[in-house]
Amino acid sequence: MGGVETEGGRSLDRRTGAGAGERVVVAMSGGVDSSLAAALVVRSGAEAIGITMKLSASGSRCCSLEDADDARRVAERLGIRFFVANYAEGFTREVVDAFADAYLAGRTPIPCIPCNQRFKFDHLLERAKAFGADRVATGHYARLEREPASGRVRLFRARHREKDQTYFLFSLRPTQLERAAFPIGDMSKDEVREQARLLGLVTADKAESQEICFVPDGDYAKVVESIRPEAAEAEGPIVDERGRVLGRHRGIHRFTVGQRHGLGIASDRRLYVVRLEPERRRVVVGEASDLDCRGARVEHVNWIGGEAPRAPIRARVQVRHRHRSVPAEIRADGTGGARVEFDEPVRAVAPGQAAVFYDEERDEEVIGGGFLAAGWR
Amino acid sequence: MRIHLDHNATTPVCPEAIEAMEHALRASFGNPSSVTLEGSRARALVEQARERVAGLLAATPEQVRFTSGATEANNTLLFGLLAPGDHVVSTRIEHPSVSAPLERLAARGVAVDRVAPDAMGCVAVDAIVEAFRPQTRLVCVIWANNETGAIQPIPALAERCAERGIWLHADATQAIGKLELDLARTPVDSIASSAHKLGGPKGIGALIARDQKAIPPLLVGGGQERGLRGGTENVVGIVGYGAACAVAAAEGVRRPQALRALRDRLWQGIVERIDQVRWNGDPARVLPNTLNLEFRGVAGEVLLQALDLEGIAVSAGAACHSGAVEPSPILLAMGRTPEQARSSLRFSVGSGVEPQQIDFVIDRLATLVPRIRALGAP
Repeated sequence: MGGVETEGGRSLDRRTGAGAGERVVVAMSGGVDSSLAAALVVRSGAEAIGITMKLSASGSRCCSLEDADDARRVAERLGIRFFVANYAEGFTREVVDAFADAYLAGRTPIPCIPCNQRFKFDHLLERAKAFGADRVATGHYARLEREPASGRVRLFRARHREKDQTYFLFSLRPTQLERAAFPIGDMSKDEVREQARLLGLVTADKAESQEICFVPDGDYAKVVESIRPEAAEAEGPIVDERGRVLGRHRGIHRFTVGQRHGLGIASDRRLYVVRLEPERRRVVVGEASDLDCRGARVEHVNWIGGEAPRAPIRARVQVRHRHRSVPAEIRADGTGGARVEFDEPVRAVAPGQAAVFYDEERDEEVIGGGFLAAGWR
Repeated sequence: MRIHLDHNATTPVCPEAIEAMEHALRASFGNPSSVTLEGSRARALVEQARERVAGLLAATPEQVRFTSGATEANNTLLFGLLAPGDHVVSTRIEHPSVSAPLERLAARGVAVDRVAPDAMGCVAVDAIVEAFRPQTRLVCVIWANNETGAIQPIPALAERCAERGIWLHADATQAIGKLELDLARTPVDSIASSAHKLGGPKGIGALIARDQKAIPPLLVGGGQERGLRGGTENVVGIVGYGAACAVAAAEGVRRPQALRALRDRLWQGIVERIDQVRWNGDPARVLPNTLNLEFRGVAGEVLLQALDLEGIAVSAGAACHSGAVEPSPILLAMGRTPEQARSSLRFSVGSGVEPQQIDFVIDRLATLVPRIRALGAP
């Protein structure tokens, strides 16, 4: 359990980085992970304030009522203050609409990344300041280490690799990481549930949500079409690399690079989506080998240390949430992007997905990351 | 020690009401309908309370029908009085316990006109009168709005309605105890009231009407309330309600005067120390305890929560069930933009608030408002 580190004579909790009595805002989704995160903040001696972020104004229902109620019940159980923060408008504009537009532009977006960066660790952090709180804790599986001398904060994968969420956190700036806390980052899901049970939290055995929060049944094409109705009418051809038309599709937003199912074409070969061409509304298909990329251009790169390296660096690069990272050489391009040369070809580099860089030796520490713009064979 | 500046949401129960209720709970458990001694004791308490409620409003006891609160009172009146084909003139600043029944009645064939307020939150008598039709059965106007405190011209409306034989109903929930209401002199036909807005308990209120027989019961059952409202009387609640009304009646004009002094102290302190603040209302036509303010560029939800963490309870707009704050439909009806509505907070003082608490609130606001302004709106 929580050992302490000292910083300028102050005792700081290892899990939260917070001092005793310090106010900490906890983003509580109503799930077990953030519930336990709140409990651990309380246990550290800090004053936790639970906040559920209302992110959706969908339909006649106010928002995800049951989840907010669960979070409220956990807060009551822990004896902490609890609020709902209404971010529905901003979230719709900055995350949901951008999600739809990315699909229409032939990319495969990850809305959790801008949500973390702009909502949990920007808007919510700002609100925390108004509350006299200096820190926002979440239920993410990731670890932070603070270097007492430099004050620098380093970001590491979760101790239990299968739960690791650093792929969604790489875009946090140093100033955001300094004020973040991931109290459950060194725990397994079983431990989290076990402790939540011991504390009598109603969320202890709640089913996990793997989906994007505003795409409840996993049907993202329907979400895109409801936001941008014109998408539903944007049909076009499915072609092979030589331009031969193999079939028709009902909108490129229904496809992602590497996809094999749902093409609706009969072929004796196994065909995959290898590229999307939004201007010509074309879905380009090919064989598995056509998906192999030796390198990729990455844009909007965030370097956790704050500055881009001047010389090429070695790192392991992960290009999907469930992807085993591969060794690569990374060259910052001086304009906020980077070129990545994989040691061995990587399959299905989908524009819009993230490329996250980890230390080469242990594949543990996040060095930086960005968004895939294009891969090359 | 919490500072409660949210008296329009609810008030603490006054000591006299607590004492009376405790006595009723312990000593008078009887059913008022019983012919036994226990029953007659409970009955006596209910009738004494009825006199006290009537007394505060210069009404007669027979005009008082106890209900579970103002929501039931408004529902009883609206569903009891209106039939398909009828026309009703109401406003865009009604409480949901009026606007929601009206929506339902509109779906059943009642014609509903809802008059917009001016920028200060008041509806004009002429605007109401202009909406009259031959089929107009009812005019339904909130006496003073809960969010802005804007006082509506009920006495003038009452005369115009009386001339035409149109029933005037006023939801007086916020006005009672803050304004001197004299039903003997104001020819309003019915009002709704709720105990917990004036120092009484929750779960009790009244529909007070000049002619109760014209309004059929909403709940039918054992014939209580002279057949006007079925269900065993909420004796304890009624007793607390009566006690709270007796206290308000005894205080007379001293209560609104004291509320006004507190409210004006708050307003003076705020305008002296914080810039770009606007009062959503006309001071001459607002309840003496209410101050609805727009703090330009401030996310009202954040200010509300930050104040709460400082021990200060206020209110903002309309909270949905989850607790998220949405822009107030009342302020939108007054022509405010959603941004302006989102930047507005309601302060409502009440008995028991101390001047030094007001000063503390001013002090905290002077710190928090610039801090939250610096954050910008999300």
